[in-house]
Amino acid sequence: MAPELRPRLILALLLVVALALPPLLGALGQGFYVGFAARVLIMALAALSLDLVMGLGGMVSFGHAAFLGVGAYVVGIGSWHVFDGSPLPFGLPGSENALIVWPLAMVFSGLTALGIGAISLRTSGVHFIMITLAFAQMLFYLAGGLKTYGGDDGITLYNRSELLGLKLSDPQTFYYLCLGILVVALAALLRLRASRFGMVLRGVRDNERRMRALGFPTYRYKLAAFVLSGMVCGLAGALLANASEFASPALMSWQKSGELLVMVVLGGMGSLVGPVLGAVALMALEEGLADLTQHWQVILGPLLLVLALSARRGLWGLLRGRRDHD
Amino acid sequence: MITQLVAEQGLNGLQLGVTLFLMAAGLTLVFGIMDVIHLSHGSFYMVGAYLTATFGARFDSYLVGLALAIPAAALIGMAVEWIAIRKLYQRDHLDQVLATFGLIMFFNEGVRMIWGAQPIFLSPPQMLSGTVELLPGLAYPQFRLAILVTGLAVAAGLALLIQRTRLGMRLRAGASDRAMAGALGVDIDKLFTIVFGLGAGLAALAGGMAGTVLSVQVGMGESILILAFVVVVIGGIGSVKGALVGALLVGLVDTLARTVLPVALRGAFGNAVADGIGASLASSSVYVLMVLVLAWRPKGLYGA
Amino acid sequence: MSRITASSLVIAGFLAAAAPSFAASGEVKVGMLTTLSGPGSSLGIDVRDAFNLAVKNLGGSLGGLKATVIEIDDQQKPDVAKDAATRLIEKEKVDFATGIIFSNLMLAVQPGFDRAQTYYISANASPSQLAGKQCSPYFFSAAYQNDNQHEAMGHYVQAKGFKKVYLMAPNYPAGKDGLNGFKRFYDGAVAGEVYTTVNQLDYAAELATLKAAAPDAVYVFYPGGMGVNFVKQWEQAGLKGKIPLFGPGFTFSEDTLAAMGDAALGTLNTAQWSPDLDNPQNKKFVADFVAAYGRLPSVYASQAYDAALLMDSAIRKVGGKLDDKAALGKALMAADFKSVRGAFKFNKNHFPIQDFFLREVVKDAQGRYMNKKVAPIFSERGDAYVGECSM
Repeated sequence: MAPELRPRLILALLLVVALALPPLLGALGQGFYVGFAARVLIMALAALSLDLVMGLGGMVSFGHAAFLGVGAYVVGIGSWHVFDGSPLPFGLPGSENALIVWPLAMVFSGLTALGIGAISLRTSGVHFIMITLAFAQMLFYLAGGLKTYGGDDGITLYNRSELLGLKLSDPQTFYYLCLGILVVALAALLRLRASRFGMVLRGVRDNERRMRALGFPTYRYKLAAFVLSGMVCGLAGALLANASEFASPALMSWQKSGELLVMVVLGGMGSLVGPVLGAVALMALEEGLADLTQHWQVILGPLLLVLALSARRGLWGLLRGRRDHD
Repeated sequence: MITQLVAEQGLNGLQLGVTLFLMAAGLTLVFGIMDVIHLSHGSFYMVGAYLTATFGARFDSYLVGLALAIPAAALIGMAVEWIAIRKLYQRDHLDQVLATFGLIMFFNEGVRMIWGAQPIFLSPPQMLSGTVELLPGLAYPQFRLAILVTGLAVAAGLALLIQRTRLGMRLRAGASDRAMAGALGVDIDKLFTIVFGLGAGLAALAGGMAGTVLSVQVGMGESILILAFVVVVIGGIGSVKGALVGALLVGLVDTLARTVLPVALRGAFGNAVADGIGASLASSSVYVLMVLVLAWRPKGLYGA
Repeated sequence: MSRITASSLVIAGFLAAAAPSFAASGEVKVGMLTTLSGPGSSLGIDVRDAFNLAVKNLGGSLGGLKATVIEIDDQQKPDVAKDAATRLIEKEKVDFATGIIFSNLMLAVQPGFDRAQTYYISANASPSQLAGKQCSPYFFSAAYQNDNQHEAMGHYVQAKGFKKVYLMAPNYPAGKDGLNGFKRFYDGAVAGEVYTTVNQLDYAAELATLKAAAPDAVYVFYPGGMGVNFVKQWEQAGLKGKIPLFGPGFTFSEDTLAAMGDAALGTLNTAQWSPDLDNPQNKKFVADFVAAYGRLPSVYASQAYDAALLMDSAIRKVGGKLDDKAALGKALMAADFKSVRGAFKFNKNHFPIQDFFLREVVKDAQGRYMNKKVAPIFSERGDAYVGECSM
């Protein structure tokens, strides 16, 4: 089998499974899991965004959950004002229109990423990790302090976003929408990786000094990647607020950031497809094991440990077989 | 009255700082000397607290419980190093994150399976249950003072260990250049196991003491872990002195922010709202402190 | 790990999660969503245990239908509770739900149960919002309204002539309800009103500030682990005996008295139930609980037991026809069961009208810490929010 064919076949197979999943689950009488599957896809999108900066850019962000939270809160706050009837600052009304709040979620998370990135990217290594964590924690506590919007108890969304007449409260519709968004994002980012921007980014990851010597404004490239990643993660947050019909500071906790990190590493950092698999594997394992025993963590923990020690470049590396770097 | 209040809050801040130091010291040694991101350090804190409770109940004495829990936790730490951590030295930091994340899950659930999900409430020993009059009008609980004193004593002991003993010399050698130290005949493997065990023991001491002030419950290590990391970064990775200064600084800033901010906001908001916002801001204050310190000294206060 | 194992793990995970879950007719499914871990777990465990005891005493059934109780731990987190509620509604398709201890979680999940037209019988959380503006035909509280116990204590403290009281509670809906309730009946000066973070365990800073304020009495609402730590630290700070400490029954409840030890002895608190209430159903309840679980029941246990008996009576009244929601609602409203508190009836907002009294923490003959009824305070008290409910 030609080396290029195998990963494409696997991807195609996964897509087919994903498309067939809702009717399959319906036939098994497990309609509830369509909602769960949509959540998995959303987390996969978030993990994908993290891989953009981690795998491609070499920037380990321990605060990506902040963007998830910002996106979710934009949707949540818009919805809250619709429910409450009161206007937002500047007299703007609340909104549940997806075409307004979802792009807005991306804008806000992008701006947040710009702010955080501008400062954090002046550091590197473990200090970068800690500073991104610090900013995420600050946002976490800030959200907890927003008493109007529920504080620590979060915002309950009474309705999902309205998107062009689609009924997003219907699990199947919502699932296919999430799948569509994920596929588009994955395709776009794969394209980006192969583009000039992607190559420069990977070059910066491998040897920043050399890239600077070659004349590239490395800080700007890193910041651009960080902002783009934040925006995609913000979209995931907006979708997550719809999926849970809830937005709370817990979305921004460092444990959530850690979960995203684990998904990326588990799936195979840098491959973009890997983190998607990592998200699916982690969440499916958690759910599946939880049904078997309430002590599932005692099994999953060592499993992660073994996976980390096996040095096989994540699940994607396992599936593809051993390959050369990138 | 105000002096007493400020003095008491200052002592509370130092008490928190001392607990943080015990955690951060082990973490900074592991990070600085072994270059391993050890997320499951908080698990030793938790295990130490649980062991203190169990041994304490068995021998009907908190102090005996604590005295047994520390070496027991150190042994567990060394076992964990030998089984799992040892294989992570050559690895990427991210593999270490994944592995130690898995370890956290394992320890949390393991503890839950053995001891159950309900918290255990530890009481300090009878002889330390009273108060001591430090200043006229300032009656400070005896055992909190004991925690403070213990922590400072351990800090002094660690300083002595690092500066004046052969082991300490090897630790400093390993921290500054591991390969060279190994080439010069230092048994690096054994050294690392000892460092890990030492860190675990310190964490267990912190946990056993904190268990009397807070409570002993599953997952108690996570919240202190994140603060310990912040302390390590503020103090400078690999520096025990930095860990002490950083810890005391963080402890004081956190406690003072918690007392001052809600009161300061009362003017602008109602009680519950002011307290809520105040608590939020106070919790962020430590992180703001870290960002400020890193802006001034990018490698931390005493970082190399 | 081989490649095949890795990919099959993913699929296996999904399939393993597929467990059939349908309630056959002749059966009733109850979702027990409660706090089983963390500082608040003693309350949830009492609720779960008492509910299960009631079902057991009824022969494993409720209202003649075979009962399945599905237990989920909400970990005292609103997001976890929300997901668990969705699971109970959509996957398990429960007929009733109960169990939530903390009011912030209650407010987060109640809209979901409301929309699904699933009857929620609260064994504890009873926030003012659900008693007033957001009252719902699908929500019943078998417990009280959050303010009640605090109102009773405010009444007592006012009557005793205290003039400068310091108030403390956790910063969440029930905490705010609580101190509002206290202030509704207490007219004196408030030396301080402090809202601490939920599940905060170290009160050193707050105790220092409290001492500086020099109140003549202190009133604290701290359920579960928060209460244990507060009371212990109160004693360690040398305040026991210096300033009188009061609280609602929640702070001084049998689930935590053992951990507080002698530090809590003699404190006065208020509630609608105590283990020594002298009626036949309560005597049986307490005896059965001790026999089954080796400890005395708390007020939370009594509420959960009553919630089960309420469900039982309602299901019996509609002859097991759970689909007729309107009839079921009427049957629940009738509250035709023998409560362990004695008399029990519902107000029009589905919250109870009942008596409240003063209790004191004592040690019984077997050395167990418990509450003893001391003096009556309120007779047939409803709540302050019924007027805002449009039902």
